[in-house]
Amino acid sequence: MAAITSRLARARVRLTHRRTWWLVFLALVAVLYPYLVRPYQLSLAIEVLIFAIFAMSLDILLGYTGLVSFGHAAFFGLGAYLLAYTTLGITNNLFVTLPVVVVGTAAAALVAGFFAIRTSGIYFLMVTLAFAQMLFSIAIRWSSVTGGSDGLSGVTRPAMGIGPLSYTFDSRTSFYYFVLAFFLGSWWLLRRIVESPFGWTLRGIRENEQRMLALGYNTFRYKMAAFVIAGIFAGIAGMLLTQFFRHAAPENLYWTTSGQVMIMLIVGGTGTLTGPVLGAAVIRLLPNYLSTYTDRWQTVLGLTFILFVLFAPQGIMGLLRRFQERSEDREHSAN
Amino acid sequence: METFIIQLLNGLVFSMLLFTMAAGLSLIFGQMDVINLAHGSFYLLGGYIGLTMVRRLDSFWLALLVAPLMVGALGLVLEYVFLRRLYGRHRHLDQVLFTFGLALIAADLIRWNWGAYVESVPPPELLSGQIPLFTVQFPVYRLFLIVVGVTLAVLLGLLLERTRIGAIIRAGVADAHMVSALGIDIHKVFAGVFALGVALAALAGVLGAPVLNLYPGLDFEILILTLVVVVVGGLGTLRGAFFGSLLIGMADTFGKAFLPEFTLFLIFAVMAVVLLLRPSGLFGLEGV
Repeated sequence: MAAITSRLARARVRLTHRRTWWLVFLALVAVLYPYLVRPYQLSLAIEVLIFAIFAMSLDILLGYTGLVSFGHAAFFGLGAYLLAYTTLGITNNLFVTLPVVVVGTAAAALVAGFFAIRTSGIYFLMVTLAFAQMLFSIAIRWSSVTGGSDGLSGVTRPAMGIGPLSYTFDSRTSFYYFVLAFFLGSWWLLRRIVESPFGWTLRGIRENEQRMLALGYNTFRYKMAAFVIAGIFAGIAGMLLTQFFRHAAPENLYWTTSGQVMIMLIVGGTGTLTGPVLGAAVIRLLPNYLSTYTDRWQTVLGLTFILFVLFAPQGIMGLLRRFQERSEDREHSAN
Repeated sequence: METFIIQLLNGLVFSMLLFTMAAGLSLIFGQMDVINLAHGSFYLLGGYIGLTMVRRLDSFWLALLVAPLMVGALGLVLEYVFLRRLYGRHRHLDQVLFTFGLALIAADLIRWNWGAYVESVPPPELLSGQIPLFTVQFPVYRLFLIVVGVTLAVLLGLLLERTRIGAIIRAGVADAHMVSALGIDIHKVFAGVFALGVALAALAGVLGAPVLNLYPGLDFEILILTLVVVVVGGLGTLRGAFFGSLLIGMADTFGKAFLPEFTLFLIFAVMAVVLLLRPSGLFGLEGV
């Protein structure tokens, strides 16, 4: 018995060591990345990081709280437009633009959530989808304010600091670090949130809302908080994309954007936070490789998605976990 | 007054198209708890198949018959091969995700096959005229759509309320497990309802093509409006689909006539008010 316990402990130590080395390696690659690759690949990495934030934000709703939103692009696009208005009208200083984006998307999430969270299941899905589509139609039709189908262009890259001590993240490399900082910050914050008692309450609501109600939790407020948090981080992702492309487009609000982030999350694996990051990488990079072989990459993407839904509903994370368990089993039997 | 009545008729036309969509969506949901996010794709596919038939065979009526049959058969295959695997899943979401993947693929393949242009379909010769209404001319085809919509509502109502199959379907909405326990092959019922639902969507696609034209992106425009209809009317009931369609069809038509920039906003406002007052829709079953 003691032998088994000590062997298990040793295996666990080995595993933690391995994980630490992996993290060190990943951090090194992330920091040196701009100097290792061509500009085009750096652009791809920036997009992947931005969509990773977006997919993680949806994971808070779908993966942890069990609220299936099909209109998450509403907040992504809102963040994009808010950033564009603030940058074009006032300043590109992050100390102004970030609060505007955060407060704006939070307010919108409060309003939309007030209606959406009264409903559940299928109704929630449809209400969120309709909300996003409504914002999209305003962006397209009310062109005197929103720029119509052209969107808003001429957005400058963000700046930080005051007066002469201000720095603009103009070059691609500096903007990569800017986005990387946001990604790491979001990852850390969201990790803290899902591991907190609040995060465990959300999981409780996902598993059995009736029981949480019976235990005295005001589940409406918890779901609302999750909705607002998810909205804010989606808005931040939208903000970053707009700063990167220097352009806010109505497509940011369209259902295909909601769909894309949903696919990233499902393919990566819900309820893990790491899954959406992997999913964002796979789904953002796949079309680049596919488009050299076929014009029908959207079909291939759809098929990939359907295959995951049918055969690997836990996504890449689920596959990895299965793989890891199997190799651990083999290690055990070898010992 | 005159414009008001014209818009009222236009609203009725659009409402009837929406009803044909919403009835199928609502039936499928009521039966197997699946929101079919590919419903708009079946609409568009039906419309394009109709377009091809009108061009090749020059017969609108044949298109009206064949397109729903083809799409219905496709629905039968999809249900049998894929959807069926997902019924027992703990995570309810998977079925919805599957239909979403389907919508994605369909959008791509339809654009591939039929191109990205706006295609118009002429109404059949018999109905291509206009009749004078006050000082303007109103297309006969639009009146025909109203008649078809009402007829369809009555027929579907009769099918559900007066026939044995209808009784089984209604029983399935109430409790599919119980129906299965009574010795009825519920899988056949599911497959049949799914095929009927998507065939109705295709029928709406052919019927609507002369009025709304066909273009990529229409699939999701129609889907969103249909979803709003069933949210407002309440899922799983024919009456909900009918009155929801009237409300949303009118709101859309009058919105486009008087507040073109905020039409969807208006529709969303209607939905928000209904949800505040009755969270499961005007005629929704409690607890759905």
